[in-house]
Amino acid sequence: MLGPVLETLIGGLLTGVLYALVALGFVLIFKASGVFNFAQGAMVLFAALSLARLSEFMPLVLALALSILIMIALAYAIEFLVLRHLVNQAGIILFMATLGIAYFLEGFGQTLWGSDIYKIGLGLPTEPIFILESVFPGGLLIDPIELAAATICALMVVALALFFQVTRIGRALRAVADDHQAAQSVGIPLDQIWLVVWAAAGLVALVAGMMWGAKLGVQFSLSLVALKALPVLILGGFTSIPGAIVGGLIVGAGEKLAEVFLAPVLISSFDLAGGGIENWFAYVLALLFLLVRPQGLFGERIIERV
Amino acid sequence: MLYREVGQFRTSYAADEAIFPIAQDRWFIVLLVAFAFVGVPAFAGQYLYTEILIPVLILSIAAIGLNILTGYCGQLSLGSGGFMAVGAYAAYNLALRLPQTNIILVFLFAGLMAMLVGILFGLPSLRIKGFYLAVATLASQFFLEWAFARVKWFTNYAPSGSVAVGRIELFGIPIDTPGKIYVFVLAITVVLALAAKNLVRGRIGRMWMAIRDMDIAAEIIGIRPLNAKLSAFAVSSFYIGVAGALWGFLRLGSWEPLAFDVNRSFQVLFMIIIGGLGTILGSFLGAAFIVLVPIALNQLPSWLGIPLSTAMISHIEFMLFGAMIVLFLIVEPNGLARLWAIIKEKLRLWPFPY
Repeated sequence: MLGPVLETLIGGLLTGVLYALVALGFVLIFKASGVFNFAQGAMVLFAALSLARLSEFMPLVLALALSILIMIALAYAIEFLVLRHLVNQAGIILFMATLGIAYFLEGFGQTLWGSDIYKIGLGLPTEPIFILESVFPGGLLIDPIELAAATICALMVVALALFFQVTRIGRALRAVADDHQAAQSVGIPLDQIWLVVWAAAGLVALVAGMMWGAKLGVQFSLSLVALKALPVLILGGFTSIPGAIVGGLIVGAGEKLAEVFLAPVLISSFDLAGGGIENWFAYVLALLFLLVRPQGLFGERIIERV
Repeated sequence: MLYREVGQFRTSYAADEAIFPIAQDRWFIVLLVAFAFVGVPAFAGQYLYTEILIPVLILSIAAIGLNILTGYCGQLSLGSGGFMAVGAYAAYNLALRLPQTNIILVFLFAGLMAMLVGILFGLPSLRIKGFYLAVATLASQFFLEWAFARVKWFTNYAPSGSVAVGRIELFGIPIDTPGKIYVFVLAITVVLALAAKNLVRGRIGRMWMAIRDMDIAAEIIGIRPLNAKLSAFAVSSFYIGVAGALWGFLRLGSWEPLAFDVNRSFQVLFMIIIGGLGTILGSFLGAAFIVLVPIALNQLPSWLGIPLSTAMISHIEFMLFGAMIVLFLIVEPNGLARLWAIIKEKLRLWPFPY
């Protein structure tokens, strides 16, 4: 009994890391500019499409470098064409603008790169790995792509943490996140900071797109991964990078365990036409969690004064 | 010159508090509604009815509903599609199980069921605010979508999962032609819009707006957030539920849960942002905009004579739609209703520039 539970748990945790990768991009932008960036999913799709199509013509490393440039150019275009004109607007207006960007990117990406299913060959072994064969009969099955994603994600979090804590730009970023006006008044250029943040989110999207693309193939449904990352976000808190990681792990594991153990119970007791509860389970989990802690696990406490 | 209220004195409190205090506005609206009831059926064809007028009217009701919640009470919701589904399936089940029920009662029942579900999913709003709440409402969207796809009872054990409605009649008169459907939907829209306008002008509406502007301050001056927020969720879901039932019964005829997916929620949200948050007029303008723009974009390549594949057209449509949303937000973040107000203001001063 313990074997399958553990296997589901590990599979879920590793998938959770992939969710966390997408959620990271959200957190970066929300932290630095207060924009709830719904276009993150579309950015993941766009980055993955660029990488997949470019790597058909050139070696992967070159395609990766070019994709990084494309994502930076995209960040610049978004800052220059959209955000610059929407300074000082209410949060909901900025959110709607990112919805518009999401639509645009989904259309643009597929017009430019095509809308079939593409493959990203990362050169990773596709054979599942079995571990702990001596402890459990048959061992535990692990997907190497997910393992690689987990490693890369860990590296990226360390890099981001260093970037935020040690570098000069990182310090400026934290200042902007704390208070836009105060940051501006001590001479931090807001537009440059936003450019850096969107470029960073673009790179995170590229990594996420690469991993998801390698797992599922690059196709339109990749942009829906963003919808899976939202409960991760509210679980962990909008402003916390560790929150995104922990939230991702909880959602990934919870969702898999629920699909395997809760769904059959639901199906037999309510006479359902099949399970598929993973579409909403994460949301309901996050919702219940929010009732206890409205700002998420690691989110900043909201103190309101009249 | 024509649009000037010179000489119109408001001598009673009622006249001062009228919905349209200026006589020209009043006449304009009366003529517009009369034209919609009498004039339009004189010339409208099938395409105009089924592709433009009926969708615009039904979605306006949904937009009014969301506007009450988001525009007036300040609670951002991404669950409209789910509540529309509740309305549609509630109406379907009542019509199926009690076939003799009057169609008006069926739609009322749809609204009431959506209202109950809305109150249930509105409960978290007492603790959660802003974007956290927006994501939390997505929970209702995905849960409801799943429930209608999987629980067999809701779809009457239909093997394909899609449901179809039979003959619809009102007091013995069948509502079958697009013209009759249009008049029926128009009548419902007028009644609901008038009710909404009066709700938001009254005590409840002011309560909502106080909560929207600053909930803690509102609480201190004696407004209960529980009452205000849950009543906003209730009224809003009622409207959205009725819209969902109308959409299923009179626009689609047969549907699957996919007709009310998360894109429908975004569509309704787009309507109120583009139309104008916190205005009833904006709900109509926004609905018209969101229905008409994709139709126009779809026709664009053939008008320009550019041969394109259908997949390409749909991608370009996405692109242009996204770009238009962004452009619109940059040019007029307060929506079409604000543009309308500016036009009226200019008209009052015309031909003088000051």
